[in-house]
Amino acid sequence: MDSKELARRIRKHALRMTSLGGSSHIGAVFSMADLVAVLYADILKVDPQRPQWPERDRFILSKGHAGAGIYAALAELGFFPVERLATHYQDGSVFSGHVSHKGIPGVEFSTGSLGHGLPVGAGMAYAANLDGASHRVYVLLSDGECDEGSNWEAILFAAHFKLRNLFVVIDYNKIQSLGAVADTIALEPFVDKWASFGWEVREVDGHDHSVLKSVLGSPSQSGKPVCVIAHTTKGKGVSFMENTVLWHYRTARGEEYDQALQELERS
Amino acid sequence: MRNAFIAELLEIAAADPRILLITGDLGFGVFEEFARRCPRQFLNAGVAEQNMTGLATGIALEGRIVFTYSIANFPSLRCLEQIRNDAAYHDANVKVVSIGSGFSYGALGISHHATEDIAILRALPNLTVVSPGDEWEVRQATRALVALPGTCYLRLDKSKAPPTHQPADVFTIGKARLVRDGADLTVAVTGGILEVALKAAEELARVHQIETRILSVHTAKPLDVEAMARAARETGGLMALEEHTVDGGLGGAIAESLLEMGVIPRVFRRVGLRAGFSSAVGSQEYLRTLYGLDKAGVVASALKMLGKD
Repeated sequence: MDSKELARRIRKHALRMTSLGGSSHIGAVFSMADLVAVLYADILKVDPQRPQWPERDRFILSKGHAGAGIYAALAELGFFPVERLATHYQDGSVFSGHVSHKGIPGVEFSTGSLGHGLPVGAGMAYAANLDGASHRVYVLLSDGECDEGSNWEAILFAAHFKLRNLFVVIDYNKIQSLGAVADTIALEPFVDKWASFGWEVREVDGHDHSVLKSVLGSPSQSGKPVCVIAHTTKGKGVSFMENTVLWHYRTARGEEYDQALQELERS
Repeated sequence: MRNAFIAELLEIAAADPRILLITGDLGFGVFEEFARRCPRQFLNAGVAEQNMTGLATGIALEGRIVFTYSIANFPSLRCLEQIRNDAAYHDANVKVVSIGSGFSYGALGISHHATEDIAILRALPNLTVVSPGDEWEVRQATRALVALPGTCYLRLDKSKAPPTHQPADVFTIGKARLVRDGADLTVAVTGGILEVALKAAEELARVHQIETRILSVHTAKPLDVEAMARAARETGGLMALEEHTVDGGLGGAIAESLLEMGVIPRVFRRVGLRAGFSSAVGSQEYLRTLYGLDKAGVVASALKMLGKD
């Protein structure tokens, strides 16, 4: 399956999962769906038959509230049956709203409280270097979670120890919990911040699959850890969800659900 | 206790490449030999405890046994959520080590008083809480934690507690150690204040003809409930002694367990801190005295419990 089809399926699954379970964060799933699809379709070395394969690339979703998108991607890759997705957010399910590894093959790490993924990913990258292992560690962050100081502790650490096997991907959709990032805690000049902290920074269109394929996969040129700042649109793929805070929270049901599904199927 | 811990860990690490020690930029004059002999097993993560704990989790999940080290509340409360969500929830082989329990750093002020950590950390699932009473227990605990999979908290007093072990003593996680026996009263004690309990027991025997059973409860979680129940049944009263707030600490743990079992000691008292934050400045010895946690204070508490004051 190519990455574009995978992205479409991730969005459709997530729409259905959040609708069935009555959960939030569909806008946050849609903004990262292309990033996740390209990663799983073209970049990450993973094996659905061997989720704990030691040589796999590690992928941590630090913006754990978008967990529905990871569950969908893993199901489509064959880590577990797609039918299990229907239990998301339901009583008795293992598929919690924020991504959990317990009982779900392929989830590397459970998150939900922001600012946790990058330190753990840095640890995995550090351990890989100690072991002389060649796999990579990818950590997907939201823009809003770059407010968390723990990320900046890890950013300093990774640069100091030149963790060139560590790749951060930022879903820079410019909207956080209560409003625009620029009006909350401004991140700009964002590229300059990461570069000045000692990272190799790549700035891309986070919905352009052909660009993402080359940018996400190419190794560090400088020996520094790599940060891919991906410009994205919150709610990408459904016209009335795009660039709104509301769809960080709202669940699509009834006519909204039908219209969203039609738009995704036409895309 | 710090030097005993480092010496023991170095001995283990030299033979076991899975061991990794991460410090949060503390331990001046303590880690040089470890870093020199095991350079690939030592890491200074800087003054950044949240990252240190996240790193430790990531490294542990890749197959290593990772010790994080700092003082007082820095490796515990400062990064509590990393211990909870990252290490404990993932059953990561992370051993959080804090040097300076209770008033070890008394004169440095309340930022450096580790006086609520047992209560807070024992509430976390998947976490073993170990608080040794002397250097022998520190060495034994260090080895035991290496052998015990999962996340642990090791709470070390800065004091140099005198040896209390007998040749036949066995250290087992989750089992209280009988340090002295007696039938009139039991003092269940955790941490370096064991030393005070022993001095108090000696005075109680010599001056007041009260024979005290001393149990070193080096594992605050899981609690040795059976030993507590036996003490309640077999002796004239049960005192929990800790250099820690009485709220939710060892005494709280004992009370919860015994009440639920329907085993009620004849008399029971939690001896610990009741005064809230200590803004008084002073050495560990001074502050113990100020708050009734010195020999005289423990003797007075014992006599009051037994109605002999």
